[in-house]
Amino acid sequence: MKKLKLVMVGNGMAGVRTLEELLKLTPELYDITVFGAEPYANYNRILLSPVLTGEQTLPEIMLNDVDWYAEHGITLHLGKEVVDIDRGRRIVRAADGTTAEYDRLLLATGSNPFILPVPGKELDGVVTFRDIHDVNTMIDAAANHQHAVVIGGGLLGLEAANGLAARGMKVTVVHLGEWLLDRQLDRTAAAMLQDTLQERGLTFLLQKQTAELVAGSSGRVASVRFKDGEEVPADLVVMAVGIRPNFSLAEQSGIYCDRGIVVNDFMQTFDPRVYAVGECVSHRGVSYGLVAPLFDMAKVVANHLANFGIARYVPAATSTKLKVTGVDLFSAGNFMGGDGHEEITLSDPVGGIYKKLIVKDDKLVGACLYGDTADGGWYFRLIREGHAIHEMREQLMLGEGAIGDVGHAGQNRAMGMSDDAEVCGCNGVCKGSIVKAIQEKGLFTVDEVKKHTKAASSCGSCTGLVEQILINCVGGAADVKPKSEKAICGCTELNHGQVRQAIREQHLTSLADTFTALNWRSMDGCSSCRPAINYYLISSWPGEAKDDPQSRFINERVHANIQKDGTYSVIPRMWGGVTNPSELRRIADVADKYDIPMVKVTGGQRIDLLGVKKEDLPKVWADLDMPSGHAYGKSLRTVKTCVGSEFCRFGTQDSTQMGIDLEHDLFGMWSPAKVKLAVSGCPRNCSEAGIKDVGIIGVDSGWELYIGGNGGIKTEVAEFLCKVKTHDEVMVYSGAFLQLYREEAFYLERTVHYLHRVGMEYIKQRVLADEVGRNELYARLKFALTFEQDPWAERTKGGVARHEFEALSIETVTA
Amino acid sequence: MSRNWKTICQLNDIPAQGARVLKRDDGDDIAIFRTIDDQVFALVDKCPHKGGPLSQGIVSGRTVTCPLHNWNIDLATGQACAPDEGCSGHIPVKLEAGAIFLALD
Repeated sequence: MKKLKLVMVGNGMAGVRTLEELLKLTPELYDITVFGAEPYANYNRILLSPVLTGEQTLPEIMLNDVDWYAEHGITLHLGKEVVDIDRGRRIVRAADGTTAEYDRLLLATGSNPFILPVPGKELDGVVTFRDIHDVNTMIDAAANHQHAVVIGGGLLGLEAANGLAARGMKVTVVHLGEWLLDRQLDRTAAAMLQDTLQERGLTFLLQKQTAELVAGSSGRVASVRFKDGEEVPADLVVMAVGIRPNFSLAEQSGIYCDRGIVVNDFMQTFDPRVYAVGECVSHRGVSYGLVAPLFDMAKVVANHLANFGIARYVPAATSTKLKVTGVDLFSAGNFMGGDGHEEITLSDPVGGIYKKLIVKDDKLVGACLYGDTADGGWYFRLIREGHAIHEMREQLMLGEGAIGDVGHAGQNRAMGMSDDAEVCGCNGVCKGSIVKAIQEKGLFTVDEVKKHTKAASSCGSCTGLVEQILINCVGGAADVKPKSEKAICGCTELNHGQVRQAIREQHLTSLADTFTALNWRSMDGCSSCRPAINYYLISSWPGEAKDDPQSRFINERVHANIQKDGTYSVIPRMWGGVTNPSELRRIADVADKYDIPMVKVTGGQRIDLLGVKKEDLPKVWADLDMPSGHAYGKSLRTVKTCVGSEFCRFGTQDSTQMGIDLEHDLFGMWSPAKVKLAVSGCPRNCSEAGIKDVGIIGVDSGWELYIGGNGGIKTEVAEFLCKVKTHDEVMVYSGAFLQLYREEAFYLERTVHYLHRVGMEYIKQRVLADEVGRNELYARLKFALTFEQDPWAERTKGGVARHEFEALSIETVTA
Repeated sequence: MSRNWKTICQLNDIPAQGARVLKRDDGDDIAIFRTIDDQVFALVDKCPHKGGPLSQGIVSGRTVTCPLHNWNIDLATGQACAPDEGCSGHIPVKLEAGAIFLALD
């Protein structure tokens, strides 16, 4: 089939990101031609500030060099500005006469800096801060001249001023507003920022309106004169007073524009063959200048250009970050507030910290942080997820503290870490390596950082730190979306919630059906999505959906835990942590017979046999004659117990028996992630029920139930759910919560994270307030468990899959 | 040059999206993979990262994911998928009339 012709006008970040997304979806559909007015391939415009300060160089901020275009067969016309679109004949023409025909046209013409209409604006020495050419002009000026005036005290203006000061110029920032960054900060925070920057040698003139740029004897700009008659010397004037969408080409060619190229939700202009993306568009009357929404748009356009036709652009809250080294400023969402908005502020001018949170209708809608932006990512996620905050309102200002407790020497602020400080204690990755990878490889998401550096790719406890580093490096372009918004994996655009919903609503019962129904991009999924979907299928349709062993991780396929040398560990179940002489004898005999190198007591009150050869597993199970402990699964692990009232002089309840009963009741339960329970017989809580997914504490008058605790990566204290009186109530309430978790949590999401996502209020409503619903949840759990039996006994009796446990050998034939 | 093809097993001895191990006295174990569309591949059963047994990984498309640290290895070449780097040796394999042959030295 003859390829379609796609022409892109503009070669900036939004446009090239669109091409990348398009090539991922359909590498062969188009012959692509790109026109760029600048003489450079695609670079990271966000990082022009560090180039100006000298912290980075141009080659370091290239995102796609010319080789990239060549590799993908893209015809690249650099330094050629398109001046005409003949929509009738579908041809674009550049100033030098180069033409290209198109079947689809993508306009990505970006924006132009706004130039104040004052006399002298065209003088030599007057620049904007938009592209590499501007930066080079500024660097040259800094080498040869002394006085710089930056007009505009917004993010860009301050970054320019900081850069010029770093290059030795005497810089005055002129701002029309009453305070700096008046779109990001309120007066208090702005004053703190101004103090910091003044200490660095910058001068500020606020509420000053520029009247004229005055030329010197050489013809170059020499000073700036204001409306009030004051005049300051200036060998260089940088105008940073905002951007305007660049839509003149579109307008000339008759495409409908209104302060931007008007597009629908599919990023299509009024000419159906012509799409537009990036800063040049006007979507529902709004134009965007931040990278994150532009990247979202890029995905939508790519989806439609690839003829998938299912994506819509929906504006989401955005965040920004001032990229001035040593100054920490982050804002997200609607940080200015207004009618019907509540503000929570923390102001510590001496300590240099200011935080403002904006709440509306019990939801966090905006945040502005100065001096301490460690929780920026968390606030941003809360804003995007939009759930009720009244329960955490008192703690909201204190931040999430989401970073794991261990593995990075207690550091929880990426800003203060030196380059050689270890961020990821699992893989030994230092901050410097992460920063370098982000800058050199042009990374924008935590997932990309994980792939390239391995940081946060094992236990994940440093994910929060990595996220902070990413935000510090690329600011608002950092993609720190909540998991609820992220696609499951590269095989689909859909997120976990959408896939679950589709499986339920469309009654999908197999992986193959799911992939077909949801237009999976890959033939048979990948190692990320297959286990997740397999879980969603069997938990949504118990007894109906067939478990797919090939979509399970090896541990769940062979019911043992793989070790670093390829051997396995075997942990038999000891109900409630209780064993007896006969079991212990069998364990000892098995350890001898199979030459098991280590026998170890686990944290969950049972015994681990380590170093078992795979082919011995079925024999070990048979000889042990004990049920599987499921220590290898996303499933019920243990119910840890204390001694309780049977023996303990303090015990108020029979916690041991309660633990045994719960463990029997929940035996064989698959879940989104591992689930651990504990039962204590009195508030001394010797079974450590406060750090379990479900923790139960016996008191004289009944049982207290706690949920969402976690003792691992980040110690999380379980939250009180309710108090019940009877044994049966403990079963039903615990089971109902776990079933809710099984039905609604995302794969690999622990109870604590599920709880934080949906909120305690919601859990209480479903499990406590709604009695019918509670009983139905518990009934669904019991129904699902009727299909589960002990996997070891099943295999001991019925035999194992030969292919898993028997090796092949060679039989020679001649061919 | 004619290769010394040796019969190893039947296609049906390996589950689709699965693998089996060929033990050898005189060399590394070999993992033989069968994809969902019944293509077969053979690699040295050792991840280039930390030697994990690739035969125990999840097979999807033309890759296998190592069970130890989730490296993705291309079944046809043995190369780790970018940005990881490294290679598990691959062994010539053919499927004829439902039987799987390996060319072993």
